[in-house]
Amino acid sequence: MPEVKKIATREGYGSTLVELGREHDNIVVLDADLAEATRTGVFQKEFPKRHIDCGIAEANMMGIAAGLATTGKVPFASSFAMFAAGRAYEQVRNSIGYPHLNVKIGASHAGISVGEDGASHQCNEDIALMRTIPDMTIINPSDVIEAKAAVRAAYELDGPVYLRFGRLAVPVINENPDYKFELGKGILLREGTDVTIAATGLCVAASLEAAEKLAAEGISAEVINIHTIKPLDTEIIVNSAKKTGKMVTAEEHSVIGGLGSAVCECLCEHAPVPVCRIGIYDVFGESGPALELLEKYGLDGQGIYKKVKEFVK
Amino acid sequence: MDNLELQKLANEVRKGIVTAVHSAKAGHPGGSLSAAEVYIYLYFEEMNIDPKDPQKADRDRFVLSKGHTAPGLYSVLAHRGFFPVEDLKTLRKIGSYLQGHPCLQHTPGIDMSSGSLGQGVSAAVGMALSAKISNDSYRVYTLLGDGEIQEGQVWEAAMLAGHRKLDNLIVIVDNNGLQIDGNIDDICSPYPIDEKFRAFNFHVINVEDGNDFDALRTAFKEAREIQGMPTAIILKTVKGKGVSFMENQAGWHGKAPNDEEYKIAMEELEKAGEALCRK
Ligand SMILES: Cc1ncc(C[n+]2csc(CCOP(=O)(O)OP(=O)(O)O)c2C)c(N)n1
Ligand SMILES: [Mg+2]
Repeated sequence: MPEVKKIATREGYGSTLVELGREHDNIVVLDADLAEATRTGVFQKEFPKRHIDCGIAEANMMGIAAGLATTGKVPFASSFAMFAAGRAYEQVRNSIGYPHLNVKIGASHAGISVGEDGASHQCNEDIALMRTIPDMTIINPSDVIEAKAAVRAAYELDGPVYLRFGRLAVPVINENPDYKFELGKGILLREGTDVTIAATGLCVAASLEAAEKLAAEGISAEVINIHTIKPLDTEIIVNSAKKTGKMVTAEEHSVIGGLGSAVCECLCEHAPVPVCRIGIYDVFGESGPALELLEKYGLDGQGIYKKVKEFVK
Repeated sequence: MDNLELQKLANEVRKGIVTAVHSAKAGHPGGSLSAAEVYIYLYFEEMNIDPKDPQKADRDRFVLSKGHTAPGLYSVLAHRGFFPVEDLKTLRKIGSYLQGHPCLQHTPGIDMSSGSLGQGVSAAVGMALSAKISNDSYRVYTLLGDGEIQEGQVWEAAMLAGHRKLDNLIVIVDNNGLQIDGNIDDICSPYPIDEKFRAFNFHVINVEDGNDFDALRTAFKEAREIQGMPTAIILKTVKGKGVSFMENQAGWHGKAPNDEEYKIAMEELEKAGEALCRK
């Protein structure tokens, strides 16, 4: 088998911020002592004056970002998902969401693939938290190509955006000339007739792998990449559900409140079909190498394949 | 224990730290090594604890607010007899009770889960308040990083502790001068740390060499005498202490040594141990 190219989505965050920084003077990048990990260090190097390391003070950083936004700057506030969405939730809700300020939140190290740091740092709840904030846009890119496009789209949009990135290097799946990122539009990656897999983040590549295995056993799975979790592309989901009659969701996030919930909320109103949610089943994570954890929690290609096979049986 | 014994122990504890992090291929050696002496002083000299009965009700409590330096705490707990030293090699592996950050439910001797900076100190204040409510005599110790005190929650906790005159609470700051992105005074200076705690109604003890057992002994003795206010002990330490290439290097905050580096580190510690044995 040919070696698949793997790059972490957070790499796309840092490099695109540098590009945008060259194009636009109003971009300011904020960090909370994690500039290396969030990959914003490259921006700091090139634009030291437009980089603010707030120290280990995430709640304060969100408030500072809000203040910057009121004066016309476009701040990208960066930290781990745990602290950006978790620690600073209420500041994000009340100082960014409620006044509808043009703040972009760059949240890296999301999900269980954080690995060895363990449960205290593995945020499987951020999408749920951010979804409850009115008018918050949430993007969870599947690879570095999509991550780069997402950062640009976030800049173009006037309003708060939550960008979710991962620590782990993941397969590059969108490197083709036809690739087009449209905010709020799902991408049909593989057509199928027996079941739909709506996936997000690193589970998109895993779902493609699962679909391949399922095909070898005569099960035709449709795979949709939902990079924008909010606003959700209800059209692509409803249409596919009506076509295949069975829906699977796959995400590196709790099955409570994330893509699985969003899809269920949509389908039960518009096209009720049986749904199987793949994700973290209401437990905290644990320390371990990322790939081993993804396997243990059934979020790799094999895990998704097994679950879908059981579901369509 | 006399100082020489404590120093030999510190050397063994450092081997445990380096071995655990190397085996995990991840983790935080820098802040574990800077705090090795204070961990040892607390668990071997200062605190009322029993490794055979980690849950005993009247034990002194310790909250590792800078939870990422768990390898240092684990190594001391292991050497104190809470669990086998051999198990340090399971650090951060799937199924291990030695999680990347301290976990109350899984590890003997851990009084509070931590890892999200700024939160442990609040739990320590809660424990100290509980002792006041029920007239318990146990004391509560908590260790914070000097970067960690940039978190506003630390000062919310400090304000209540000072206000409630919690003289059963000792807040220790590991002032190794570094956080992840560099020097603390380049990023967002927390200095003067002592004046800040004083302003929050703490008794403050500055320790010029926080890696020295005599200095630690003097400081903790003084803290015992204080009544009517909490104590803050600010330790000047060296991040990465004991492994030459890790000393004062921000880059060794959260990185595991590779096989080659591990060999060099262990040889250095081996030699330091031999030198101590000749004393
Ligand atoms: C709330 C929170 N934000 C960020 C982090 C990531 N983080 C882990 S260690 C660290 C730096 C800590 O520096 P310091 O407190 O000085 O610790 P030490 O030098 O003793 O290792 C950071 C930012 C975290 N664990 N928790
Ligand atoms: Mg420090």
